[in-house]
Amino acid sequence: MAELIPNVVWEEMWEATLETLYMSAISVVATFILGTVLGLLLFLTAKGNIWENKPINFIISAFVNIFRSIPFIILIVLLIPFTMLIMDTMIGENAALPALIIGAAPFYARMVEIGLREIDKGVIEAAKSMGAKTPTIIWKVLLPESMPALVSGITVTAIALVSYTAMAGVIGAGGLGNLAYLEGFQRSQGDVTLVATIIILIIVFTIQFIGDYITTKLDKR
Amino acid sequence: MDLCLSAHMQKGFIILQKNHFAKIAEQERVNLLISIKNVRKVYSSRQGEVKAVDRVDLEIKEGEIFGVIGYSGAGKSTLIRMLNGLEIPTEGSITVAGREVSRIKGAELRKARQEISMIFQHFNLLWSRTVADNIAFPLEIAGVPKKERDSRVKELISLVGLDGREGAYPSQLSGGQKQRVGIARALANNPKVLLCDEATSALDPQTTDSILDLLVDINERLRLTIVLITHEMHVIRKICHRVAVMEGGAIVERGPVLHVFKNPEKPVTKRFVQQVTEPEETKETIGHLLANYPRGQVIQLTFVGEGAEQPLITNLIRKFPLTVNILQGKISQTQNGSYGTLFIHLDGEEPDVTNALTFIKEQEVGVEVISHG
Repeated sequence: MAELIPNVVWEEMWEATLETLYMSAISVVATFILGTVLGLLLFLTAKGNIWENKPINFIISAFVNIFRSIPFIILIVLLIPFTMLIMDTMIGENAALPALIIGAAPFYARMVEIGLREIDKGVIEAAKSMGAKTPTIIWKVLLPESMPALVSGITVTAIALVSYTAMAGVIGAGGLGNLAYLEGFQRSQGDVTLVATIIILIIVFTIQFIGDYITTKLDKR
Repeated sequence: MDLCLSAHMQKGFIILQKNHFAKIAEQERVNLLISIKNVRKVYSSRQGEVKAVDRVDLEIKEGEIFGVIGYSGAGKSTLIRMLNGLEIPTEGSITVAGREVSRIKGAELRKARQEISMIFQHFNLLWSRTVADNIAFPLEIAGVPKKERDSRVKELISLVGLDGREGAYPSQLSGGQKQRVGIARALANNPKVLLCDEATSALDPQTTDSILDLLVDINERLRLTIVLITHEMHVIRKICHRVAVMEGGAIVERGPVLHVFKNPEKPVTKRFVQQVTEPEETKETIGHLLANYPRGQVIQLTFVGEGAEQPLITNLIRKFPLTVNILQGKISQTQNGSYGTLFIHLDGEEPDVTNALTFIKEQEVGVEVISHG
């Protein structure tokens, strides 16, 4: 084993894995919350909906489209002043979080919006006809009825986030991407890159498996 | 054959007539529950204004089953949706159970809606909830505590005949069962009115009948007022006490169902009545017969209430030297009496046929000569 991968230091590898998991987990949770809120707002302020409001819908939609279109590696650079402002550093896992969340939340918001649009309008109307308040409609109709779409959406987003963390690693955020780039690529230690890649693949497959499992469990249609 | 048929009709009519008068007397005593005054609903579109509902006045009494029939686009859907404030009238006022739903907003409207339930063509159940949880939903909205909710849900499940299915998800139910859940859900908060938006239009004929029976049962047991819209005369015939016919956003004809069946005035009403009284094959049968019997006359008789008390066909044969051939007959039961049509072919000498027609007219039976042989 050690002869096949002579340059791999397992403590470093483990530490990098934990950093990747940390960045992914925090950003997935934050993206889920922020993206769901943005997605709900996009849906509710759209034409013919409960909070129909053209200006707000336009502003959110523009924000989502712009941040979804900027390539992530550029977004990190663009967000440096913002990150410095709130995190006070450009190095380490926490420094990567603002860029990860701002990059992924708009992407997820669109998926949330699509999921919400798939809900039968009649069901929302039925809730209204029973005298439901808007918060009741959101918590008891919109979110539960779109839950499989929300979960499969966050699965896709989480996988994208894992690869974003690798990119963020290149500019000094730590994690497996950082390790693969600095130790593996720049020092020509192919085995380090290979092992880091395999670990990332394992993480991705695990996320996919869990996401698929929850989605099928939730879907009673 | 003819004796048998008229005897059958007689019996049915006499029984139903009694019910008919009992029900009318009952209805006189009750109060108005819904009043729609001079209501208009206009949508503005790029092509200009579209009048969905045009100057409608309507009063619905407590405890009655009121039907609104019309083809799609007649405005009936908009009308029923204004009754629970899902649509706001452009003009006019709507009062339901003492609340002016066309004007109230916010908390007051939500409170009112708990008393004005609705069931839908496509059921609109939450697929993510079980039968029991779907029925509990309006109770959650009304803030009923969990314990009471559970016992109420149990009651409702047996009321609509879904015992044993409480843990099922909507996707595991048939259309009829889904509508039963819809009805149970609508009844959860003891509403004063049940609005049915084409509630049986997505169901097969047999299931439609079982749902309609359930609605009548609920109407009688809970004295619940039901307003329904439909495009099927069968639904009106089977369960409604009164009917309004809509065309182009306006109500063109209205009255007790039996009355409308007896004297449809507008062409649209006639077409709807024909849906029930004149099966498709009648025309073919008559055409066939006219070809086979070039002589004589084909006559459509309509019986309502008292007209059926006389054994008409028997008297006809005894009094006149005629051959009477029964082509087709049908009795339709309505909530306020029954209505029958009979197609016969009269053959004989000319003065006898004419006299026979005069005789039939004296019997308070509707006569229409379909065509001359």
